Amino acid sequence: MSLDYRRYLDETALPLMWCPGCGDGTILKALLEAFASLGLERERVVVVTGIGCWGKADDYIRTNAIHGTHGRALAVATGVKAYRPDLTVVALMGDGDCATIGGNHFIHAARRNIGITAVVSNNLNYGMTGGQFSGTTPAGSKTSTSPYGHAEDGFDLCRLADAAGANFVARTTAYHYRQMVRLIKEALLEPGFAMVEVASPCPTYYGRLNRQGSAREMWRSLKDRARSVGEEGGEARTGVAPGQRPDEEPRSKPADVIVTGVLVRRTRPDFAARYSDVCRRAMKEGGGEAQLDAR
Amino acid sequence: MAQTETKAGRFTARGPKGRPAGRVALTGNEAVALAMRQIEPDVVAAYPITPQTDIVQYFSSFVADGRVATEFVTVESEHSAMSATVGAAAAGARAMTATSANGLALMWEVLYIAAGSRLPIVMPVVNRALSAPINIHCDHSDAMGARDSAWIQLWSEDAQEAYDNVIQAVRIAEHPDVHLPVMVCLDGFIISHALMNLEVLPDEVVKDFVGSYRPDSSLLDPERPITVGPLDLYDFYFEHKRQQAEAMRAAAPVIREVAEDYETVSGRRYGDFDAYRLEDAHTAVVVLGSAAGTARFVVDELRRDGRRVGLLKPRVFRPFPGLELADALAGLDAVAVLDRSDSFSTMGGPLFAETRAALYQRAVGRANRKDSGPSSGSGPGNGRPLPITVNFIYGLGGRDIDPGDMRAVFSRLARVVETGDTGDVVNYLGVRE
Repeated sequence: MSLDYRRYLDETALPLMWCPGCGDGTILKALLEAFASLGLERERVVVVTGIGCWGKADDYIRTNAIHGTHGRALAVATGVKAYRPDLTVVALMGDGDCATIGGNHFIHAARRNIGITAVVSNNLNYGMTGGQFSGTTPAGSKTSTSPYGHAEDGFDLCRLADAAGANFVARTTAYHYRQMVRLIKEALLEPGFAMVEVASPCPTYYGRLNRQGSAREMWRSLKDRARSVGEEGGEARTGVAPGQRPDEEPRSKPADVIVTGVLVRRTRPDFAARYSDVCRRAMKEGGGEAQLDAR
Repeated sequence: MAQTETKAGRFTARGPKGRPAGRVALTGNEAVALAMRQIEPDVVAAYPITPQTDIVQYFSSFVADGRVATEFVTVESEHSAMSATVGAAAAGARAMTATSANGLALMWEVLYIAAGSRLPIVMPVVNRALSAPINIHCDHSDAMGARDSAWIQLWSEDAQEAYDNVIQAVRIAEHPDVHLPVMVCLDGFIISHALMNLEVLPDEVVKDFVGSYRPDSSLLDPERPITVGPLDLYDFYFEHKRQQAEAMRAAAPVIREVAEDYETVSGRRYGDFDAYRLEDAHTAVVVLGSAAGTARFVVDELRRDGRRVGLLKPRVFRPFPGLELADALAGLDAVAVLDRSDSFSTMGGPLFAETRAALYQRAVGRANRKDSGPSSGSGPGNGRPLPITVNFIYGLGGRDIDPGDMRAVFSRLARVVETGDTGDVVNYLGVRE
């Protein structure tokens, strides 16, 4: 059953608060389109957000939603999913939220392989507070806290999720709308932890400070730099973060190439399955299996 | 980066012919950042949060432009910001950070470590409402949540006072009798983002005022190595807490002493609180922060109509100047305490609870001589019944408080005095219900 995405959109909250040229509006539509194409019941979806520009997405979504604190979207989502594994739980985070203040929750959600779909809008800086560098800001980038160039390297979020054990890891860009819908849809169907990283432009801060031209040019650059690995995926098949070059040397410009598509696909059993296994064993040894079944 | 340079240019307090000039137009955040530049701490560790971000942002441009020699660390959370500040201060550095709202809440654990380790950290707190629901505007729930953390709290009515408080805070925190951290509170957006013409001091005057920091003991002293914060069970923990309480008590005279010194360099006088037209008043409001400006305006207005009204604005909330404050209020018929946060005790907001406790303590005269000093049990109003006290919770989440609201508070006080009927003790001002 395919539904109109507007069913999930709170049109009374429009217009969107995001800056002109931001990718978040497109990501929002792709997410809702993915909900629609899977025919998800609004009542059985929980959207958890953190703090930041993309963290405001819950204002426009008509499913269950919780606006958490900064960096803790995955911690809150873990609680929801642990209690109600039957619900579709989605965490929306930016790079400040997911890769910086909440980095610990990110790696542990991936390690635990809990069935949450994380949709990360990566615009390489903290947009909401004025363009400070974040955990994904590439070395050399100018931000409002690194006016002479950033002295640290940024995370490759997909490699991080891969190393931590996520079942499904994919990357796309805000420009590649159809690919984005497909990847989010697939992530929503994954029983374990799934992360879709979306390279998104921030013309207001990152683009302006790094002389990346107009919003239009930033979008064109996403289009030109993307290289799809195809949809087949494969074990530990990872790529290059939007902010990083393939080599290890820190450089002063963002990556020439953004590797997109499904980068990791695993079949590890998810947290809910393994945890109920443990419960079953414990109840059996304690002689309470009948009780568990009765529940 | 032209914009940053222009911004930074505004911090150069130079008048005509290159003389240090007094008067500049700055936002509260700019004024605090300027004070931090003039203090030039050894270490600043910070994380962005609205509405504090500007302070550290401007400060980072001073670092980038080489105008301060501060080690500036941008960390990945406020918990890390306070932790790094604690580490730096323990190592003997003069260390600062700044935050707001949930940032302060995230620091919670480390606030106690800073105070318990007796580290003289200074932190501007740009007051903002706590989540949930999320809100970025002003109220005092953030700092009030930390009121029992053994941090000294100085509150500011405007950008001028915020600037002056930050400079004084360094001396207070580092005083050998005190050695406690200080937060300097200023109202989010109302003070932090509004422009004000204020008097600033020349750099060398501030540098001379704060002096250099030489702690008695620090981690990085190889001659006298120490450990900070190790396990301390029922054998000594209690004594250490008692010492903290004593340090907070000792802070009161130090705050006054530093204010006197500051007056000699700045010409501006600060007390524990500002008693405005209170001498012959029948009724008064007690209020912290920027709303005191609104109250002052309404007091003047009502005074022109012959109404005997006044204002008491605390500047020091920790330590709480309870006895002096009770002396100042004792002669009144009725007092309204305005709280920009709710304690949810159902007994009123935090400022109300403490003001009423101070009045009670004065009235029953149980304070011993050591506690109270010569003022207890004498002075105006002694022997008279206590003023009737009512509480108004106002302005949560940035809800505006205007002169009309303030007039309504004074009208209510007049009615209370006239009828003798207190009515509801805890009231919510300007809310839909």
